[in-house]
Amino acid sequence: MTTKETPKACPAEEQPSVCTAPPASADPAASAPKTSRRDFLKAGGMLSMSTLMGTAALMTQSDDAHAAAEWAEHFQKNYRLMTDAEKAEARARLERRYSQEYGKQVTVDTTGPQPGVLMGYALNIRKCIGCRRCVHACVAENNQSRGTKPGEKIEWIQVLRMERGKFEQGKMDHGYPEGLGIQVGGNAYTPAGQVLEGQYHYTPEAVPEQDATYMPIACMQCEKPPCVKVCPVRTTYREADGPVVIDYNWCIGCRMCMGACPYWARRINLTSPVLPKEEMNPVTHYLGNRPRMRGVVEKCHWCLQRTRHGRYPACVEVCPVGARKFGNLLDPESEVSKILERKNVFRLKAELNTFPKFFYFYD
Amino acid sequence: MQQLTRFAADYVGYVLKGGTKFYAWMGSLAVLIVGMMYVFYLQNTEGLIVTGMTSQIHDGLYFANLVFLVGVAAGAVTIVFPAYAYHHEGMHKVAVLGEMLAISAVIMVTMFVFAHMGRPDRLWHMLPLIGIYNFPHSMLGWDVLVLTGYLILNAICGFYYLWCKYTGKPINYKWFMPLVWVAIVWALSIHTVTAFLISTMPARPMWFHSMMPIRFIATAFAAGPCLIILAFLIIRNNTKFWVDDSAIKLLTTIVTWCLGIALFLTLSEVVVELYARTEHANGLYYLMFGLHGLTNLVPWFWGAVILMVSSFVLFLIPSIRNNFKLLPIPCVMAFAGIWIEKGMGLIVPGFIPTPIGEVTEYYPTFVEWLLTLGIWAFGFFILTILLKGAIGILQGDIKYVAAK
Repeated sequence: MTTKETPKACPAEEQPSVCTAPPASADPAASAPKTSRRDFLKAGGMLSMSTLMGTAALMTQSDDAHAAAEWAEHFQKNYRLMTDAEKAEARARLERRYSQEYGKQVTVDTTGPQPGVLMGYALNIRKCIGCRRCVHACVAENNQSRGTKPGEKIEWIQVLRMERGKFEQGKMDHGYPEGLGIQVGGNAYTPAGQVLEGQYHYTPEAVPEQDATYMPIACMQCEKPPCVKVCPVRTTYREADGPVVIDYNWCIGCRMCMGACPYWARRINLTSPVLPKEEMNPVTHYLGNRPRMRGVVEKCHWCLQRTRHGRYPACVEVCPVGARKFGNLLDPESEVSKILERKNVFRLKAELNTFPKFFYFYD
Repeated sequence: MQQLTRFAADYVGYVLKGGTKFYAWMGSLAVLIVGMMYVFYLQNTEGLIVTGMTSQIHDGLYFANLVFLVGVAAGAVTIVFPAYAYHHEGMHKVAVLGEMLAISAVIMVTMFVFAHMGRPDRLWHMLPLIGIYNFPHSMLGWDVLVLTGYLILNAICGFYYLWCKYTGKPINYKWFMPLVWVAIVWALSIHTVTAFLISTMPARPMWFHSMMPIRFIATAFAAGPCLIILAFLIIRNNTKFWVDDSAIKLLTTIVTWCLGIALFLTLSEVVVELYARTEHANGLYYLMFGLHGLTNLVPWFWGAVILMVSSFVLFLIPSIRNNFKLLPIPCVMAFAGIWIEKGMGLIVPGFIPTPIGEVTEYYPTFVEWLLTLGIWAFGFFILTILLKGAIGILQGDIKYVAAK
């Protein structure tokens, strides 16, 4: 890998400047062409919700929206089995609860997959400079837990920092046999590619570093996801437009999916997520970045709250070198389709037959 | 119906009576159970953060004990099988005690499942009809199915047998025997499915091999009978109930050779993995020698190897094997060795290094240790109750007397 293609060193610790304010287009009420059906359902939903809330409040002897919503959530169905009315109900319930909890108007989008769309992602590993702005943008956009204690901090993207290896003359005889010993391979190469604990939390003075290469990874949104197969309650599944999502309200926290994932893309909420009110992103999706609860698994979902309304995921938008590309794989004119057609492309751990929709390429 | 209430009342009445030793034993178990209930409450209010688990190593002591205890439950078949298939006299007399052990082991497994879940309050999502059951795709779904089935089968077989002894009615072999045969085959299925649970994950190369089920069965049929031998010796020394020498000797033979097979399989795995020493052997290498300066599990692994090998050697020596004063020593050694091998030696290193190559270590917290200990205490509590009642019935101390 050469350094000439990477841009000049730039400060690594620049704060992400985007994505915390609600993007206008991501607001389902503003973006999608007005559907009278949704309004109707919403009204109906509100009505039935208020009935349910009344019952729940009576049962819990509390008129607190949080307690009432939690009570109702305990008995709600798996998201995929909900009728449209029930979805609207769940949505309204959550919107009310989150708005009260975080002190701002929170929207919970329930937009489904759009026909003719299969989302795909491409990443130019030659361009990545390891600034980790994608990580910070992702945390800000997707309401991840920000705690400082171990187990409270959750990041969906890791940018693996790997030292460049080199052949050294001094190591040529390393492991060479003596006497009748058998040559089992001396290695003059400095092992590269090993990642140790926390090495994706590096904070260099400036990036890119001379002696490092970077490998950003996150959920690969596999076509044949091992995590979906092992889930005992079908809480995680692949949406029609590609992303693998989790119904946070149905997850039992058994962590089988985490064991099955070959890309270490899933995180368990060991405790209630630490999400400061002022940092909470109020534009959310039911299957995406809405606040999670204790004991459930979460993961990257390609910013459904944005991408289902024609925007880029936060990490794509923030990348300063344009290494990240996103688009519709079914559209031959999309950027991703053109990259797949023209560039040298590979997928991680292809031998496992997971068929990621996350492609790496280089020029 | 009246018979049934009398059965329950007599059973409870018999179990409640006991000497100082019995009350001291049950009392100390109860203390541990109370401690367990407190930390379980803590874990369910604070979250799993009170454990040593992380997103890297997300299965720890609980899962390890779960896997081990499934083996202990399956091990009960080493009594039931010789009793019914070979009509072994000594075994036939105590077969029901093996079933009682299986019941308490499965109950412990269920409790470890609850401890392991991030959201135990949502476990009803797994129930068919009201929840969703990802069947037949999810191995965990299969595991729940076989474990519940095994619990039910053993409860029916065991208590029907006791019931017949209690009332003096003859056993209806027409349906009892088929059920026993199903239970015997089912015992194999529980540990096989538990092995599949982890060996079907290519993301974890250390587990991804087809030797896992047979290794599980071999260790199960060593660890389970070890516990049973210990229980039998305690019963012989503390109650009037006499367990035949022949039963204990047969169990010793089974333990010896299953232990031998387990050691052979471990050795085969080590050779295959470490000869080529691919990247996929990193987990095993970490376990045996440590990786990148992290060596937390190395003493555990070698401790387990020493325990298993030396107990195997001790079992081979006739003067020790046949001396019931000395027999508990190799039994405890083998049991402890296999417990380490299943826990620290199998579950934890499966996550080290992580799929992205991160080497990180796991330190169980006090909460985890106490919860684990408490569940074991609860298991022994149940086991004592079941065994005491069963012995009472087998001895004829409790018998149905028709009310005038």
